[in-house]
Amino acid sequence: MKLITIAGPPSSGKTSVIVALLKEWAGRGDKLSVIKFDCLTSSDKEAYEKAGIPVETGLAGNLCPDHYFVNNIGKGIAWAESQGANTLITESAGLCNRCAPHIKSIPAVCVIDALSGLNTPKKTGPMLRYADLVVVTKGDIVSQAEREVFAYRVKQAAPKARIIAVNGLTGQGVLELALLLDELSQKDRPDNDQMDNMELRFSMPTALCSYCLGEKRIGQDYQIGITREMKFS
Amino acid sequence: MTDKIANFTYTRLIKEYPYAEDFFSTRELPAPGDEVLLKEYLEGIGDEELQDKGLIREEILPELAGFLEAMESLSSSTSISSLKIQGGRAKDGNPEAVESLTVNVGDIISVVGPTGSGKSRLLEDIECLAQQDTPTNRQILIDGNAPGNNVRFSMDKKLVAQISQNMNFVMDCSALDFVIMHSESRMVPNPTEIAHEILALANELAGERFTEDTALTNLSGGQSRALMIADTALLSQSPIVLIDEIENAGVDRKKALDLLVRNEKIVFLATHDPLLALMADRRVIINGGSMIRVIETNDQERGMLCKLEEADALLLNAREQLRHGEMLH
Ligand SMILES: Nc1ncnc2c1ncn2[C@@H]1O[C@H](COP(=O)(O)OP(=O)(O)OP(=O)(O)O)[C@@H](O)[C@H]1O
Ligand SMILES: Nc1nc2c(ncn2[C@@H]2O[C@H](COP(=O)(O)OP(=O)(O)O)[C@@H](O)[C@H]2O)c(=O)[nH]1
Ligand SMILES: [Mg+2]
Ligand SMILES: [Mg+2]
Ligand SMILES: [Zn+2]
Repeated sequence: MKLITIAGPPSSGKTSVIVALLKEWAGRGDKLSVIKFDCLTSSDKEAYEKAGIPVETGLAGNLCPDHYFVNNIGKGIAWAESQGANTLITESAGLCNRCAPHIKSIPAVCVIDALSGLNTPKKTGPMLRYADLVVVTKGDIVSQAEREVFAYRVKQAAPKARIIAVNGLTGQGVLELALLLDELSQKDRPDNDQMDNMELRFSMPTALCSYCLGEKRIGQDYQIGITREMKFS
Repeated sequence: MTDKIANFTYTRLIKEYPYAEDFFSTRELPAPGDEVLLKEYLEGIGDEELQDKGLIREEILPELAGFLEAMESLSSSTSISSLKIQGGRAKDGNPEAVESLTVNVGDIISVVGPTGSGKSRLLEDIECLAQQDTPTNRQILIDGNAPGNNVRFSMDKKLVAQISQNMNFVMDCSALDFVIMHSESRMVPNPTEIAHEILALANELAGERFTEDTALTNLSGGQSRALMIADTALLSQSPIVLIDEIENAGVDRKKALDLLVRNEKIVFLATHDPLLALMADRRVIINGGSMIRVIETNDQERGMLCKLEEADALLLNAREQLRHGEMLH
């Protein structure tokens, strides 16, 4: 099973890019599948079904989708196998900017959009910083100068990643993405059937305070676990 | 590189690589003390702080090295000698009448045709160095060869500078800050100085002046165009320049064109303006999504050009006078 993790802020164009990528690969006879990890709702399922791709949606509820991802990716791969797929792409909505689903020696992509503001590359955290490839979407809407400034910011935040411009509406640029992903799968893991011994690229922060577990009441008495006090000047 | 900079002091790092300054602030890290070796600086950061900032200690120096290397490679410019467009298909699916068009450095080509005919599309095909993967199925060759994907999709080594027809600024900062950032990303040695020059030039082109601290998103259409043109003229190293309808922007188009074509470049100019169309050596006629003919500007037309320029000067003069509340006489 070839696994690829794709993460990015909400509405950055992940689904659009993945659908375009699937079209590119379907043409050469690969058997593809997708799992979408999100919090509460996701309508991406339809987009993938329309493209004729087996898809599962995992809703993390009040857990961080990336924590939920690690708990379930093993079973996810078993599911993809049961669908007769040889490639599994995971789409994760990056919400907390503190976690990333990226796994060592598994191709990792971050999708980020050129409209999202100058500071987004820096704020996007490990999901951008430890990606192999950073896909920049929506370049069609901004000036060339802004695309360049944005790319520079991405380069500052993730110097070792390759930056690729993809238009999520037309799919332009997706061929390059497909080729780079092919290269990465070959280089990193000629046979990645084995999910054992896999390790995350970045350790996820512990989110184990009482509020993580559903506490609603406010006050010192209810704060259990890891808490931290803010400093006021 | 990683080992080398590990033993640099911060002062030395910034002296040799001025653009490294933002590297630490981008990661929310405090700037290292001036005389501290970078490896010591890194050892001094607490585990919790690193975890909070989403950083891995062992990765920070290799990342910095990667950034410096990427920036170094940016400062070398690319030169080409020719561009060839292999015709594709028209909107109706029939093969394009012009089978191929070769353009050499120093050539100016205008692109003319009715509205909606596909002029901007042709420029977009050149911009993305199309390889039969756009709706027109055209292919672009550079110096006779299909450009590699690293050239096509690299976001930093652009062969093509583009002043597009539908251009918006969306970034939330002042015109000056933006141009400084753009200059930095282009690795020019004195970004602030050149940024002031760009803004001064933009103001020469634009009708109504704007100040350096005007928000980028508050610029008028014409001012944005003027800024783009000045920015491209002074900053761009790209050997190919695409200009889509500068005439509608309310900028001084003759001056703009002179600025953009002054170096040894390949210039494509989509236009509805006869003056601009005739300034080119050749013009491509577009219809129904297809290049239907290439016409060389002849002497007779050049003669006409003088007359048109006179008429244009008259018009322009009248426009300026009216704009300033004067009477025509
Ligand atoms: N050969 C082609 N095949 C398919 N679609 C095409 C072709 N050429 C152009 N088009 C499409 O036709 C539409 C209009 O083209 P375009 O915007 O380039 O026109 P234009 O000449 O620049 O018009 P204007 O003068 O109004 O700016 C675009 O959606 C473009 O993608
Ligand atoms: N103009 C433009 N719109 C895009 C591009 N990529 C995606 N979009 C639009 O952005 C919106 C969000 O895209 P989607 O793929 O659902 O984002 P996701 O939430 O990251 O999966 C949709 O309306 C897309 O059509 C692009 O490159 N250009
Ligand atoms: Mg989605
Ligand atoms: Mg046009
Ligand atoms: Zn999280």
